[in-house]
Amino acid sequence: MVTGLINANPIVYERKERRVRSTPSAADVDEYAVEPIDQLEVFDHIRDIKDPEHPHSLEELKVITEDAIEVDDKQSHVRVMFTPTVEHCSMATVIGLCLRVKLMRSLPSRYKVDVKVAPGTHATEAAVNKQLNDKERVAAALENPNLVEMVEQCLAPTFE
Amino acid sequence: MGEALEGNLELKEIQRLEGHSDRVWSIAWNPVAGASGVPAMLASCSGDKTVRVWRESGRDWDCVAVLDEQHTRTVRSCAWSPCGKLLATASFDATAAIWEHAGGDFDCVSTLEGHENEVKSISWNASGSLLATCSRDKSVWIWEVLPGNEFECVSVLQGHTQDVKMVQWHPYLDILFSCSYDNTVKVWVEDIDSDDWHCVQTLGESNNGHSSTVWALSFNSAGDEMVTCSDDLTSKIWRSESQKQQVGDGYAPWKHLCTLTGYHDRTIFSVHWSRDGIIASGAADDAIRLFVENKDGQVDGPSSPSYKLLLKKEKAHDMDVNSVQWSSKETRLLASASDDGAIKIWKLESIS
Repeated sequence: MVTGLINANPIVYERKERRVRSTPSAADVDEYAVEPIDQLEVFDHIRDIKDPEHPHSLEELKVITEDAIEVDDKQSHVRVMFTPTVEHCSMATVIGLCLRVKLMRSLPSRYKVDVKVAPGTHATEAAVNKQLNDKERVAAALENPNLVEMVEQCLAPTFE
Repeated sequence: MGEALEGNLELKEIQRLEGHSDRVWSIAWNPVAGASGVPAMLASCSGDKTVRVWRESGRDWDCVAVLDEQHTRTVRSCAWSPCGKLLATASFDATAAIWEHAGGDFDCVSTLEGHENEVKSISWNASGSLLATCSRDKSVWIWEVLPGNEFECVSVLQGHTQDVKMVQWHPYLDILFSCSYDNTVKVWVEDIDSDDWHCVQTLGESNNGHSSTVWALSFNSAGDEMVTCSDDLTSKIWRSESQKQQVGDGYAPWKHLCTLTGYHDRTIFSVHWSRDGIIASGAADDAIRLFVENKDGQVDGPSSPSYKLLLKKEKAHDMDVNSVQWSSKETRLLASASDDGAIKIWKLESIS
C-alpha cells in the first residue's frame, strides 16, 4: 500500500451547522405525500464519510460541499462532484467508490448516480471519472475484500 | 423487412422471470430449442454468482436449473455452443466454465483457467470448434475444443490497452471481434501459414468509431453488417464485403456506415440484431430501442442505407437494461435482463 501520506497536512474546515429541513407550516399539509429528495438530503447522506487517510470527514476537508451536488428528483438523477485535497491524490478512486456505495445504499433504486471529480482538480481526471462510472468495474471492485474493507471503514459511523 | 412491420407496433411483456438475487448481467437463448416441439430454453447469469436455466412450459416458464457451485464471484456472461448441448460461462473469478446438459442435469465438465483477473465474455465460433474469452487483464484468449471436453489455449491476443468487454465470433467465418474500455473494436484473423492469430483492423475514434467504452457488438444474419454500442451513448453500424473474406480473397475491412445517436440518455450496454433485421438496444436509461433499415428517402443514394427508430420502450425495466437478445427460433421474441434482477420476455406485435 501507500508509504507515507499523500497529503500529510490537509486543511480542515469547520463543519456546517446542521440545518433542519424546512417543513411547510400549514396545518392541512398531506403528511403522506411523497417528499422529493433534495440537495441537502443527499449531502446529509455523504457528508460524514471519512477520508481514507485522515480522521476527518469529507465535509471537513471540503472534498464535498452541498453546492457540488445536483439533484433532479423527477428524473431520478443525482450528480456528485468531489474535490480531492491534492491534484495527485491516489485515493481519489477510493473516495469516489465510497460516495457511490453510500448513495447506492441510501437512495431509492430508481436513482441514477454519477460521481465525478470536479473539473480541473485531479491530474488524471478523465481516467478516474471513467473508472468510477463504469458499473462493471465498480461491481468487480466491490467483490475485492481489501477494497470493501477500506470502503466500510470510511463509511463506518463516528461516535463523538 | 416486410409490410408486417408497418403501422403501430408494441413490445408486449409476456413473461417476467424472477429468481436471481442480484443484477442479471447476461442472457442466452439455447440455439436448438424453441422449435420442432422442443421447448424454448434460456440461460441467465448474475451478480449473485449463479447461472439459471429457464424452460418454456406451456404459457409459463420454469427455472429448471440453478448452477451455483462453481463460480465464486459474479458470472458476467454465458453462451450456448451451436449444438445447444454445452453452456459456457465467464466469471469475475478469473475462470470460465463449461457445462454439459445431459439427462436434464447440467454438469461442469471443464474449467478454463489462465486469465489474471475478471473474465467478462465468452463466445463460440460458428462450428463450435473454437472458444474465445476476454478479461480486464487486456487479453483475448482463443481455445480449441478437443475431444473429451478438453480445451486448449491456442493463442493469447494482446493489443487492447485496457479492459476487454466483449468477444464475439463472426456468424459463419472464423474471424473474432473484441471491444474494449479503450474505446476500440479489434478484428482478429488466423494466419494460415503460421497458425497464429493477429489483429487485422482496429475500429477507433479516428475511423468514425466510438469515443468511449465499447460494450457490445452484434451481426446481421448475412454477416456483412455489424452494430456496436458504447458509453458514448451511440450505436454504430459497420459494413464489410464479407463475400470476399469467404473465398479467402484477402481481408475486406469494415467501414463505418452510420451512427445512431440521440436515442439513449445513458450508457448503451447491449445490442442484438435479429434474424429478420431488427436491431434491439438496451441501456442504463432503463429503456429498450428497436431500429430497422430505412428504405425510404435515401438521401445518400442506394449504396449507403441508414437506420431508423422503429420503437422505443421506456421503463422496460425498473433499472439498467444489461442485455437484450432476440430468439433465434421464434421471430420477434426478445429477452432482456436488468439490474432489477428480472428477466423479461417480450413479443413484438402489431396493434390492431
